[in-house]
Amino acid sequence: MPLPRTRGTALRQQLAELRGPDVPAKALDARALAALAANPGCRRRAILDGAGVNKATLASALGSPSAFGQSQFALTRGNAFEAKVKADGGAELLRLVHEKLDRHAEPPVDARVPDLTAIGPEGRTARTALALREATEAYGAWTLLDHPMLALDVAGSPAFLEPDAVVVHPDGGWTVVEIKSFPMLDGSADPAKVGAAARQAAVYVLALEEVAARITVADVPAPEVGHQVLLVCPKDFSNLPTASAVDVRKQRAVTRRQLARLTRIQDIADALPEGTCFDPARPAEELTSAVESVPATYAPECLSACELAFHCRDRSRAAGAVTSLGRSVRAELGALTTVPDVLAAARGEAGDAADPTVAALRRAATLRAEALGAAACR
Amino acid sequence: MTTVSELFDPGAVAAAATDAILGSTLHGDARGVVVDSPPGAGKSTLVVRAALELADAGRPLMVVAQTNAQVDDLVLRLAEKNPELPVGRLHSSDADAYDKALDELPNVRKSAKAAELAGLPITISTAAKWAHVKVDEPWEHAIVDEAYQMRSDSLLAVAGLFRRALFVGDPGQLDPFAIVGSEQWAGLSYDPSASAVTTLLAHNPELPQHRLPVSWRLPASAAPLVSAAFYPYTPFRSGTDHGDRALSFAIPSDGSGPDRVIDEAAESGWGLLELPARHTPRTDPEAVRAVATVVRRLLDRGGAATSERSPDPSPLTADRVAVGTAHRDQAAAIRAALADLGVTDVTVDTANRLQGREYDVTVVLHPLSGRPDATAFHLETGRLCVLASRHRHACIVVCRAGVGDLLDDYPSTEPVQLGTVVKFPDGWEANHAVLAHLAEHRVVWQP
Amino acid sequence: MSLISTLARLEAVSTGRAQPAATVRHRHLAGRPLVFVPLTTAGEAGAPLGALVGTDRDAPRLLVVPQPRDRDLRFQFLAELADVVLPYVDSYAEAVEAAERNETDPETGKRVKVEVELCADAPQLIVPSRAGIDFVRLLGRSMRFRRTAEQDPEAPHPAPPRVPLLGRWLTHFGERARVPGSALLLAATELLSRHWATGQSTLEDQHLGALLAWIDPPAGMTGAEAAHAAELARDAKGQLLHPPAGPATDPAFDNKLLAPALERYDRARTALAAAEDGLEADERLGELTAAERAIRDLVESRTRPTWDAVWRGLDLLRELPEGARVEERWTRDRWSFTSHRDRITAGEPPQPRRDDAVTAANKLATREREQARLEAQEALDDPLVMAGRRLSGEAFAGEVTDVVMTYSEGKRPSPRPLVTLRTDDRPHLGERVKVYRSLGGKPQSAEFVGHDGDGVVLRILDKMGRGKEPEPGSVPEKGDRLCFTLFEHEQRGGAKLPDPENTPWTHGGPPGEAPHEAADPLTAEDVL
Repeated sequence: MPLPRTRGTALRQQLAELRGPDVPAKALDARALAALAANPGCRRRAILDGAGVNKATLASALGSPSAFGQSQFALTRGNAFEAKVKADGGAELLRLVHEKLDRHAEPPVDARVPDLTAIGPEGRTARTALALREATEAYGAWTLLDHPMLALDVAGSPAFLEPDAVVVHPDGGWTVVEIKSFPMLDGSADPAKVGAAARQAAVYVLALEEVAARITVADVPAPEVGHQVLLVCPKDFSNLPTASAVDVRKQRAVTRRQLARLTRIQDIADALPEGTCFDPARPAEELTSAVESVPATYAPECLSACELAFHCRDRSRAAGAVTSLGRSVRAELGALTTVPDVLAAARGEAGDAADPTVAALRRAATLRAEALGAAACR
Repeated sequence: MTTVSELFDPGAVAAAATDAILGSTLHGDARGVVVDSPPGAGKSTLVVRAALELADAGRPLMVVAQTNAQVDDLVLRLAEKNPELPVGRLHSSDADAYDKALDELPNVRKSAKAAELAGLPITISTAAKWAHVKVDEPWEHAIVDEAYQMRSDSLLAVAGLFRRALFVGDPGQLDPFAIVGSEQWAGLSYDPSASAVTTLLAHNPELPQHRLPVSWRLPASAAPLVSAAFYPYTPFRSGTDHGDRALSFAIPSDGSGPDRVIDEAAESGWGLLELPARHTPRTDPEAVRAVATVVRRLLDRGGAATSERSPDPSPLTADRVAVGTAHRDQAAAIRAALADLGVTDVTVDTANRLQGREYDVTVVLHPLSGRPDATAFHLETGRLCVLASRHRHACIVVCRAGVGDLLDDYPSTEPVQLGTVVKFPDGWEANHAVLAHLAEHRVVWQP
Repeated sequence: MSLISTLARLEAVSTGRAQPAATVRHRHLAGRPLVFVPLTTAGEAGAPLGALVGTDRDAPRLLVVPQPRDRDLRFQFLAELADVVLPYVDSYAEAVEAAERNETDPETGKRVKVEVELCADAPQLIVPSRAGIDFVRLLGRSMRFRRTAEQDPEAPHPAPPRVPLLGRWLTHFGERARVPGSALLLAATELLSRHWATGQSTLEDQHLGALLAWIDPPAGMTGAEAAHAAELARDAKGQLLHPPAGPATDPAFDNKLLAPALERYDRARTALAAAEDGLEADERLGELTAAERAIRDLVESRTRPTWDAVWRGLDLLRELPEGARVEERWTRDRWSFTSHRDRITAGEPPQPRRDDAVTAANKLATREREQARLEAQEALDDPLVMAGRRLSGEAFAGEVTDVVMTYSEGKRPSPRPLVTLRTDDRPHLGERVKVYRSLGGKPQSAEFVGHDGDGVVLRILDKMGRGKEPEPGSVPEKGDRLCFTLFEHEQRGGAKLPDPENTPWTHGGPPGEAPHEAADPLTAEDVL
């Protein structure tokens, strides 16, 4: 007798159908999870990410390929830097953790670096959990977990996450380490990049907190996951590592809320027309209407955060949405949302003059015309 | 069974805190003393008392406040407590540089030149004016008022004028800001755009820090929410208990939305008048009219406030009511709408200008009401904190439905500067906390 | 964004062409600017790949680092850059005019006027985009602490003296660029988007090609179409037809074109080093030269379109008449240039890595003052900007309908005429609020008295001379069209802060010895 389908498995089945038969789910990584906060109001992005659709492939199939790419120079540099940071059993990395986050502890010598290899993500996750438990029990010792694997429940499916490193302190506390190849120049770094790194690290902190909650060592409280993460970057113009502690409490709170809201994926999926499918192998026309069946909230910020942005931008512009000129443009336009509507109101062709939006638009149009006229007859 | 709240004697707790502060200030050896004061915790009373005691002890004192109105207010309060004490009011050379009420006080000497006030036990001025003063011998003591609203660079300009100082302020109100970018100095302990207290404590972490633990303004219905939402790590309590204050109306409700929300607020201390969800311009005419109508009805219904101050109810008059907004144009629109309803003497102002003020009832146009987008400005914790903490009895918020979704859809991709201290609470969290509480006192109304 | 600029953008959408956002040019454009189009290597801080630089639009100087990870080649690039930039900067250092400056006499403490030199003109650097300005700062930072052989005979890789000097100049340009309204270092995208409103977002305006496409689309195309092509169009090999303005390059260019070219260069160099005799060396040198040539061609192919676009943008900007107060702000730039010249001549050390408390506070105060000055001056120079201030209630314009002469009380009565102005504007006027109008370029102040129907009644307060009767032309007359502002036209100087050596205890003072700004240590590896 088949087991009754729970809501969770039903949703998983539903999402697999959305992705298309034989299309493997694109695993959500920490970067993708962190990006949920970039435009949380976008239902299109929520359902596509939730269903594990590869948005880059989808964007190409729609005829608006994403412009994201990585230079091999940056890749090489990033890998070389990470290798340098972790050389000698992570001596330099542990020194930085000690210096920046745990000065009162014994300096790390002969830190433990457990082998985390295992088969498959589930295996590696289990291996990591075991290593974390052992490390936490090993009071007084430093442990470096190099590329551990963590699992996080995302709308009913596990997402596997691979932080650069996690350090277990002698007191049993855990710290996420994020290694980036952008420089810290005289102690400061590009705030946009630090912000992105902090959001990514916050996802790891959340995943680690779940692991920590499951570990109970001899009836003592669960190990503490530091809300300060260590960001390691090249110092100035060199390839020498330097580091800074970053407080990710805000990012952690934001990500936790966004993950909780992903449960609404069910509602979005339920609202889709029967047979909707985002399989990139489908004809472009069919795909376009499938994508159009979920509303998007495009804003120009999407261009740097979502693979589908160029497609959504075309659609948003074609619809005359004022938001395609920037979120802030809408602030003073009240209920008016399209370019033709705003212009018609400004020109006095539509709208109620008693509506303050309309009145302000007309005043703005008059003042603008007057100023341009004055300039023209100068 | 005895509960904690029965054991809590707010008067004693507050007095102990004040004694400790005055002890540190008068007899301690630290160069600075910092006092955090939540809304209505008696900051002005403390400043006046500290000033008088320092003057009594024969310590020449300078007082630094942030605005001329604050300076004049302090001078008046000092004169009220001790009319004999000579006080110098240092003012700018502009016309109308100080409140003409000071001219009535025989012991207050006014001048635009510091030298003409030399030798007076207390000299008071704004930070901006002090910055132009040069002295050979610094003052023995200073009191810096509203220190959290003072910028680090403005403290830098005056810190050479005194040897020791008492810094008093409310960390929960609006932060100072710069009109140009200052990212270049983010993370530096002396970032000139940071608050004066941030810089002071970064360089002098050992300074004694005190806290006034009791709000005498906020009623028992408001203190827990304001404390939890805006001061999560430094909680405070109300000096009064449930039942110590009451608001009643002679004329019963006519059943309209405004009357119902007034009754809800009179009963519970909070009221949310929720209009239908709609995207509107800042000066949303329906919301503006709703605010004005609530104010009109508050005044028309013969309100009377009873409190610990006096056994007899005092009438809820126009000067005991204020309207708070986020933007100046909203304040202007509400003033116009009130004028249409024949109300002219109710204070209507932005959060910035309401800082430090106190009323019996406040009516607030929610900063996010009707907005198509939330911005950092509207989410700023201090703005909502100011608006939600001006009242002694009740606060009525007028807002369109849908703010919860607006908050949920707010993109949070803030840049992060290395080395800066994360400020709590987060505007997002604080907004949600207030909204959740208001939802329990909601009156849905279709005007 | 004000509704007026929002409307301009929407008009741009509906007409397919950028709309004016200004009616005059609000920034000084030098007669002979130095344009600098740099490229950098992805993932490496301060590893330039090459640049086009120069003052002649038809003959840019191409500088290339054929292997960006080679320290010597990077240093060589910087030395060559200094060879172009420093003579240009120096050419403005010599022609001076006499000027006066207020200084505090160290003995009396009084403000006195001193005769000083002011450079008659100043250099101007133009980069394509805001990222280019950041790159100028980065280059400045990477060079100014370099040690020369003279300073430190033992230093490995000593820098020629002009390299740290260029670092100090680029640092100065980069810092000055943070001052609102300054024009020593400008980004073409910021200049253009200040003067035109496109039918795309401000984020998309940061793409120089797309921005120009909206302002000046090719015949037969709308701005939207041209901008789309400028952003995204690629050739059959997947390369962008309009390369990004840099300094970052397109990853497809890095991976498909640049990486193989660099490999070829590395191979040729290794082969040359291994050459066993002269003949073989000659042959392999030929291959190395060819490999280097190929990289030069690649760099030129990615920078030249941007170079041309920057000049095209400057052409468009020059068509706008210069705002009346732009010259005054440029004089401030000349002061800034002159004083940095003097600091270098006086042998002062390079700018420190981080500002001290007093310097930071002084810079912030200056920038806030300049921001207020810029906002006021742009409005006074440009009716379109003023329209925005009128819309927001910070200014009002109208016709004088009545003038009533009154006098001040006191021993010597002065004229205090009451002027009624009929206006459709809705200024935020409160009791006795001060307002200002420009009278012969100087602000005349008035105070708000009250409303009279559609009229605003003002009392004029100054600029009418010393006598009982106002000087001719100083009092508005019936029928005059006037514009008053609620904001001040001129900025007051700020308070004097303590000297850095007197930093108070609240800000970490008093400071000890000034920290010695050592050179960045060179790492053992040659590559980054």
